[in-house]
Amino acid sequence: MDGEEEIRRMLEPVPLSRFGVTEVEAQHALDRLNVRDVDYADLYFESRTSESVSMEEGIVKRAAKSVSQGVGVRATAGEKTGFAYSDELTKKDLESAADTARYIANSPRGGAPVPVPVQRRPTRDLYPIERAKAEVATADRVALLNEIDAEARRYDPRIKNVMASFNTEYKVVVVATSDGSLVSDVQPLSRLQITCIAEDHDNRQVGSFGGGGRVGFEYYREDDRHLSYAREAAREAILNLSAVDAPAGVMPVVLAGGWPGILLHEAIGHGLEADFNRKKTSAFSNLVGKRVASDVCTIVDDGTLPFRRGSLNMDDEGTPTSCTTLIEKGILRRYITDKLNARLMGIPLTGNGRRENYQSVVLPRMTNTFMLAGESDPRDIIRSVKKGLYAVSFGGGQVDITNGKFVFSASEAYLIEDGQITKPVKGATLIGSGPEILTKVSMVGHDLKLDNGIGTCGKDGQSVPVGVGLPTIRIDEITVGGTQR
Amino acid sequence: MLQTHPTSEPADGYAQLAADVLARAKVCGATEADIVVADGETFSVQVRVGTVDRLTKAREKRLGLRVFVGKRSATTSTSDFSRESLDRLVTDTCTLAKAVVEDDVSGLPDAAQMAMELPNLDLYDGTVLDTDTQIDWAKRGEAAAFAADPRVTNSEGAEFDSSSGRVVLANSHGFVGSYKSSNFSLSVSPIATEPETGAMQRDAWYEVRRKFARLASAESIGEEAARRAVRRLGARKVATKRVPVVFDQETAGSLLANLCSAVSGYGLYKRASFLLDKLGQVIASDLMTVYDDGRMLDGLGSRPFDGEGLATRKNTIVERGVLKSYLLDTYSGKKLGLPSTGNASRSVGESPSVGPTNFYLVPGVKSPQEIIGSVKEGLYVTELIGFGINMVTGDYSRGACGFWIENGELAYPVEEITIAGNLKHMLNDIEVIGKDLVFRGRIASPTLKISEMMVAGN
Repeated sequence: MDGEEEIRRMLEPVPLSRFGVTEVEAQHALDRLNVRDVDYADLYFESRTSESVSMEEGIVKRAAKSVSQGVGVRATAGEKTGFAYSDELTKKDLESAADTARYIANSPRGGAPVPVPVQRRPTRDLYPIERAKAEVATADRVALLNEIDAEARRYDPRIKNVMASFNTEYKVVVVATSDGSLVSDVQPLSRLQITCIAEDHDNRQVGSFGGGGRVGFEYYREDDRHLSYAREAAREAILNLSAVDAPAGVMPVVLAGGWPGILLHEAIGHGLEADFNRKKTSAFSNLVGKRVASDVCTIVDDGTLPFRRGSLNMDDEGTPTSCTTLIEKGILRRYITDKLNARLMGIPLTGNGRRENYQSVVLPRMTNTFMLAGESDPRDIIRSVKKGLYAVSFGGGQVDITNGKFVFSASEAYLIEDGQITKPVKGATLIGSGPEILTKVSMVGHDLKLDNGIGTCGKDGQSVPVGVGLPTIRIDEITVGGTQR
Repeated sequence: MLQTHPTSEPADGYAQLAADVLARAKVCGATEADIVVADGETFSVQVRVGTVDRLTKAREKRLGLRVFVGKRSATTSTSDFSRESLDRLVTDTCTLAKAVVEDDVSGLPDAAQMAMELPNLDLYDGTVLDTDTQIDWAKRGEAAAFAADPRVTNSEGAEFDSSSGRVVLANSHGFVGSYKSSNFSLSVSPIATEPETGAMQRDAWYEVRRKFARLASAESIGEEAARRAVRRLGARKVATKRVPVVFDQETAGSLLANLCSAVSGYGLYKRASFLLDKLGQVIASDLMTVYDDGRMLDGLGSRPFDGEGLATRKNTIVERGVLKSYLLDTYSGKKLGLPSTGNASRSVGESPSVGPTNFYLVPGVKSPQEIIGSVKEGLYVTELIGFGINMVTGDYSRGACGFWIENGELAYPVEEITIAGNLKHMLNDIEVIGKDLVFRGRIASPTLKISEMMVAGN
């Protein structure tokens, strides 16, 4: 990495020469991909530097850094995708990758000439962070983690171990496409994650908290945010020391705002990704225009929120991201798309074509998915439940797209008895059906909250950063998996 | 015609490159260092509804360096093997190492511990498959699923993958080891539709082998995938109750994977495992004996040396319900006052951690049918979803689907239920172990029955 080039922040396009490739060479590779059946082709150049420091047992003992650079070359013909990638960026490697990618096309004869890609500036900068500010000295990161360890242990002497890690990534991408554009982006990303273990005699429990986004290092020190994360992780671990086993069976559940929005991600979001719907393998196939939620539910996928973990100036095909209304007052409005699926389905491009890295193919993926605020007072929502569960924080979730069944597991939850939050419970897993669950949402709070920036979504073996959000909501009935009757 | 060619590598298999980097690290102030180089190529074809959906081909290489400056260490990696890049890598790594805190336990294993003999474990198959052959395999697998049952109406596709690669590990003790390995796999994911309601169910079947010639036929994999998808049609919820639970091979394998994490040295020294301080004690039913064997010929988890250059071996993890050994590398072993078990697992660019080799539960004598037959009313689990496992406490609560057992027979498919318990008790409550052990990954288990768990449904 040459430092000077990186300090200039974007809106200045990143030149291809950054990758040791000329525009003529890129054009040549695109031309080579242009055989008769190929509808679209692109070259995705990526350079990524990631660093991590981690602490356990009170000392910052691990530091790691990784750099990678490569190109992914893709051609699509009808529903077919040919893809090759290389960590070498010579003219010969580009040509060889192009030859592999176009193998899927039937005919060797070319179509109309590929337009010469025109360099476009990104239209906005959602995360203006200078590289110098993204990559602070290791000593500063070490100090941050040390303060976290001290704060968590100060919270309660029963906190016996603190594990914390701070990860940053700085990614420079350039996309050259057969439809004539050459777009670039510089994508910073960081995350601070803390796990505490509390011990009280034989009882050992765990608590976690974290946050991040496309933000610089100073974000974590603003208002001692890092210390508040440490206290939250410690608080959850201590709370769980007194938690009782979760109940089992169908009951009303109140989800707190923020991170419990992973309900939307699992139950609805994946089912609305265009690839599954084009292939008719999603439980939401053919439901556009139909009611899939109660009329208090409006859900969007918004990739344009500044500094958010799931936000992007452009997706990985160079399309600007947007705010897409998925469900409007209960009615399914739109799927989220990449270029391939938008073209094959004849539906709008939403800027959701994402890939983990140059070694991965583009898939339609979520950005930041959340439900808009409603009108209920969150206190009234809790008061409305006679016997049920109040879930505040979750570990992770998963969905089976085809039958729509999803699962997510609470890491902080309480019983609600006669409208009051009572005992903390542990080990609660919620399971439901995606196409049904939002029809059972009867109250939506006015307290929309986005998560802290810790979400990573897996699909087809690829992980990408995402965000979620939710106001407090009441679900009239859902199956809670616990051990107690 | 595209062909996958054997990996091209320098004549010495990167030994000289590794020696150069290690020498430069020493100049830069490293007291010890080790280096991993991995390269290989992959080919993957996905076919959906009879036509190619996606074809991917790549060659890649990566180098990971770990240095110790006294008791401080850092790890880095790069895919750029140019002289300037590697020089910068060495400098960066040493700078990073100097910035972290001293850790008394850190360091390479003793020189005397390095693997002496590196047996050929039969992990590599040089078979070169042309692109059309690989497409044909995927097409035949999917076609067999469609042909097997008219209710198979759609497909998430069939995927054929082939890969081969080499790993080289060298360290400042003078150890240099390398081995080649390959993998061939086919997976088929059909979707079945219930004719009356239009409700869909997906399932999948797959096989992975080191040798192409040992892969089951594409047809048999496709047919099994179809059978699994179709049998899920008409699934319903069941009432919440405590019942015996039979785990099929796949889901039993996931329980064994949970056991594997719980005996991993890193979870233990961080006090983040429910099996803390249990060495030598009864932790499971006396029917249970578990081995981790790094030297099974042709094994998917086999390797001649571990991520630190120590010889792999066969470890007894659980013997008749008694915890006999943890899985350890040098670092976590020192933390617990024990020698490494040769289980250092290393991805390029990360410091070693612990991983299983071929981790399996020794089979019993009952067939899966006999085990199901022993249940009056209960659940046969065929798939688990979600992440509701707390390794610190053992609390276990996951989404499940499978079949309801009535009077010893599979009565009907069930879904949208959870099963919950605690791994500490579940391991003790294993009542029967099947005879059907098959390796389809590095962790394998026969069918097993747990006497009782809470099933949550209606």
